[in-house]
Amino acid sequence: MNTDLLFDPLFRVPFLTGLLLAGLLPLIGMYLRLRNEWLAALAFAQMASAGALLAMVLDGPMILGGLLAAVAAALVKGLVARAGASAYALMMLLAWGGGILLVANHPLAEQAGHALFDGQLYFTGEGHLLAVALTVVLALPLLLRLSRPLLLARFFPEFYRARGLSVRPQLLLFDLLAGLVVALATVSLGVMAAFALVFVPPLMAYRLAAGWRAGLVWSALIGMGSFVLAFGLSLVFDQPFGPVCAMLLVMLNVMLAVKSVRE
Amino acid sequence: MVEPLLQVESLCAGYTAAVAGPFSFSVGRGEILGLAGPNGAGKSTLLKALWGGVRVFSGAVRKAPGLQISHQAQGFDDLRGVPLTGRELLALTGASEAGLPPWLAGRLEARLDRLSGGQLQFLRLWACLAAPADLILLDEPTNNLDKAGVAHLVDWLGKAHGEQGIVLVSHDHGLIDAVCTRVVSVGEGT
Repeated sequence: MNTDLLFDPLFRVPFLTGLLLAGLLPLIGMYLRLRNEWLAALAFAQMASAGALLAMVLDGPMILGGLLAAVAAALVKGLVARAGASAYALMMLLAWGGGILLVANHPLAEQAGHALFDGQLYFTGEGHLLAVALTVVLALPLLLRLSRPLLLARFFPEFYRARGLSVRPQLLLFDLLAGLVVALATVSLGVMAAFALVFVPPLMAYRLAAGWRAGLVWSALIGMGSFVLAFGLSLVFDQPFGPVCAMLLVMLNVMLAVKSVRE
Repeated sequence: MVEPLLQVESLCAGYTAAVAGPFSFSVGRGEILGLAGPNGAGKSTLLKALWGGVRVFSGAVRKAPGLQISHQAQGFDDLRGVPLTGRELLALTGASEAGLPPWLAGRLEARLDRLSGGQLQFLRLWACLAAPADLILLDEPTNNLDKAGVAHLVDWLGKAHGEQGIVLVSHDHGLIDAVCTRVVSVGEGT
């Protein structure tokens, strides 16, 4: 157990990058859950992971490879909306298989593959922090604008069509935003932590919150709080961050579920 | 002559084939037009055809320029587990809270999944009724409403809505007779 690592300047950039993502990912997850599309997050994360590995093998920037792959996945998903969950499953299988083949056949990809799948924060640098900070600045006002169309599309699917309007551009924009954020999270935190942070905090917030706005606040707070705790635990006990973060979130959710049942 | 909000001319509509029509009628401001007929006659299909929700095979639906339509559809997605309050739901469609029945007005801060079935159904109906619109399309609005909800709906429809037109589909002849200013019989190919 080494508590000195908690204050090591080496980990400041990964910590800040992860903290920003831990606040933003649950917000994206709230709307993915609203649309019953949380599986899309896993598909985007797997695609980003495979894209990052492919970029590295091709001697390109991993972050760009991950972003392009996830955004392409979001675009495909948005354009073939009818395919629904089948499209996500096919994307996941494609990315999963491709990623493992790259790791198996390219020596350089092996280490990066472990980092992406396990969630190893040491690879997160200032480029990641800058990209994430810019994304947060872009994503928050965009989500604010997209919130009403996304909620209306869920509760009153005919609202826009009856008025001669189409909500598809807004839905596609959200898909692209979700792909971008999940891709950045994947190349910064790894597949497991990115998916855990997009899935579990909204799951808990849906149970806890008194309303939608409160749900957004709850999910962001749970995400950030869990991240801080998981970051500290993984450093102090020298464990990979991804599994620690995922297990912590699952345990918190189980505790909340048990508490709810008792009440 | 006052321009109608909606002019329907020899309309035949459906999904993969025409299942309703031909129909011809118009709706003006201040009117409540009832579409009456037996189950399966194509009333809901006709209502959807008015805003483009189903395919028009022949005929035409002519709308007044800039017409804003609010459509209350049958059925509702499962809302269990979604943290949304009644007030947030009304804000989505821009529906006013003024005129809500007292038994619902005091429950607007509650989550939708904490409301009774009757309260939730009325709230959903109100989100369409009180949304900014020139033409309101109501598809079996009394389904799943409790007695208090039906009474408040009848009371609301009975008040003057001079600037709006309303098209009402219902199997409830009592409701149609009580509130409609004109009735089109759908099963008879009017």
